[in-house]
Amino acid sequence: MSISTEPQSAPPDRTLGPEVVRVRVPARSWRGDLRAIKIVWQRELIRFSRDRLRIVVQLVQPFLYLFVLGTGLSRLASAGTHGVNLRTFVYPGVLCLAVLFTAMFSAASIVWDREFGFLREMMVAPVRRSSLVIGKCLGGATVAGFQGVVMIIISPLVGVSYQFTLIVEIFALQLLLAFAITAFGVMAAARVKQMQSFMALMQLIILPMFFLSGAIYPVSGLPRWLEILNRLDPLTYAVDAMRRAVFAHLNISEAARHALDPGVTWWNFHVPVLLDAGVILALGLGMLGIAIAEFSRID
Amino acid sequence: MSTSDAILLPDLAPDQDAAVLVRGLGKRFDEVEAVRGIDFSVAPGETFGFLGPNGAGKSTTIGMLCTLVRPTSGRATVAGHDIVAERDEVRRNIGLVFQDTTLDGYLSAAQNLRLHAELYGVPRELVRPRMQQVLEMVGLWDRRDSLVNTFSGGMKRRLEIGRGLLHSPRVLFLDEPTVGLDPQTRSSIWAYIRELKAQEDITIFMTTHYMDEAENCDRIAIMDHGEIIVLDTPEALKASVGTDRVQIHTEDDAAAIAALAEQFGIEATIAEGAVTFGVDAGEEFVPRLFAELGVGIRAVSVSRPSLDDVFMSYTGSTIRDAESTASDRNRDTMRAMGRR
Repeated sequence: MSISTEPQSAPPDRTLGPEVVRVRVPARSWRGDLRAIKIVWQRELIRFSRDRLRIVVQLVQPFLYLFVLGTGLSRLASAGTHGVNLRTFVYPGVLCLAVLFTAMFSAASIVWDREFGFLREMMVAPVRRSSLVIGKCLGGATVAGFQGVVMIIISPLVGVSYQFTLIVEIFALQLLLAFAITAFGVMAAARVKQMQSFMALMQLIILPMFFLSGAIYPVSGLPRWLEILNRLDPLTYAVDAMRRAVFAHLNISEAARHALDPGVTWWNFHVPVLLDAGVILALGLGMLGIAIAEFSRID
Repeated sequence: MSTSDAILLPDLAPDQDAAVLVRGLGKRFDEVEAVRGIDFSVAPGETFGFLGPNGAGKSTTIGMLCTLVRPTSGRATVAGHDIVAERDEVRRNIGLVFQDTTLDGYLSAAQNLRLHAELYGVPRELVRPRMQQVLEMVGLWDRRDSLVNTFSGGMKRRLEIGRGLLHSPRVLFLDEPTVGLDPQTRSSIWAYIRELKAQEDITIFMTTHYMDEAENCDRIAIMDHGEIIVLDTPEALKASVGTDRVQIHTEDDAAAIAALAEQFGIEATIAEGAVTFGVDAGEEFVPRLFAELGVGIRAVSVSRPSLDDVFMSYTGSTIRDAESTASDRNRDTMRAMGRR
């Protein structure tokens, strides 16, 4: 029996007769797992592209954060910023926040999948659960990456000009953060089975994480208790890396740099940008591992 | 599963060719013993039905055979593979259609199938022809690019059946395939199932609590309280209940009952407003009745025993009554299983 391999060429009224296309499903292999990762990732993108409201929200959201928050606060704080626009100052934090929300929503879809039963279709497939989880996390990271592109495009509006290395750095950091956050969300979704509970949990986590992270204030000279909480907040490291990347490309006074971009310290040790990124990566991989273990445990 | 369990397990040696082979299979959820050590086998190409009220243990059994629920005792093979030791092999060889839909409503029918093909590793060059084939089989080829959310309940179920077939499984599990559908859609689903039986070389294992649907099976196991009560062909089951039921409307019911006792030795009662009695071959008995009864007969009806009667005679209650008492147990089971 000959089978056309051209995708669109099969005539619609082809008589099948007794010649049934028999499929022989191959044994499990890394190729099969790669295909599984790819299709789960693709599904995220297809679903995102279908969800017009979500796309609009993603386009509008950053403007809201940046201009409302940045402009509003700047009326209070213009004295302490050494001439740097406050919008520029909060820009790195907003870069992280936008990704945070987007990635969390991607992870939430696992809870929907469970409620609508679709998760079962994936769970019974003869592939490693890790493929499903990795595909999901990569999908979340990619969707959040679109958000990141929007944020990068508007950067001149906050006084950050387009520079190739900066764009690459921001984009890479965003993908990394989005991956880690999705992994966190997927890990939580393995246990939290209802959408309302999941949303409540996210509310409980996202806002404190954002306010503790230093996205809207410099992280030096904080009261002791806040400093401790700040250093424990994973988002601190993403914001720190992002801010240093942005500020490295700004032409501002030393005093301003010192006041606004002091960098995170552990005791007296200045955490370098690569270590910032390393913290996020390590947390992301750790949570990915837990998520995989959790999903492998479910029958 | 630890190896110490294997020592206690019954031998699976006979009937190795069976599509499904079950020996002493049981499942306990904490307090609730959902399935109590059942045995049966299903031959390749057979359509095998599990019939019983909700909470009888049907879905738990199907869950174990599909490797979704771990048995707590006994063992089973599906398509020749052990359901505990060779989970992946089993999964590769079975198609599943669950009670609740497991489609992604935001994807098109074709995208749902493609996702399934990729997850099951269907060879790339076969994906499209096979997809067309199963979609035509379930009558959805024209709607392949429509979002699943726009489908009716019956179309979704058909799509799920088509998807279950996409990777040419050797055994197709249908857990209550027509539950929640209107009668017309139910019968159309059955038409599709019959068609696929004609086209595909496949064993079908299904559960249902609709009596009329169980008649479509080659063999039926009636399940209640976690046990198989009886297992046979629908015809044999009905024959085992015995008599046909004859109801007559007469001009004088009391005289008719007396005449039946006197002349035929039959004990009759009044049921549903008619003189009612059971005889072995009702249709052959009716002419004699007219000739010999001596009481005017206005109307007569003969009914063969239905699977309802079978269920009734083996469990002592109708399936509906059994459901209302089982619903309490069922709730316990659900609680013990937790929500997936």
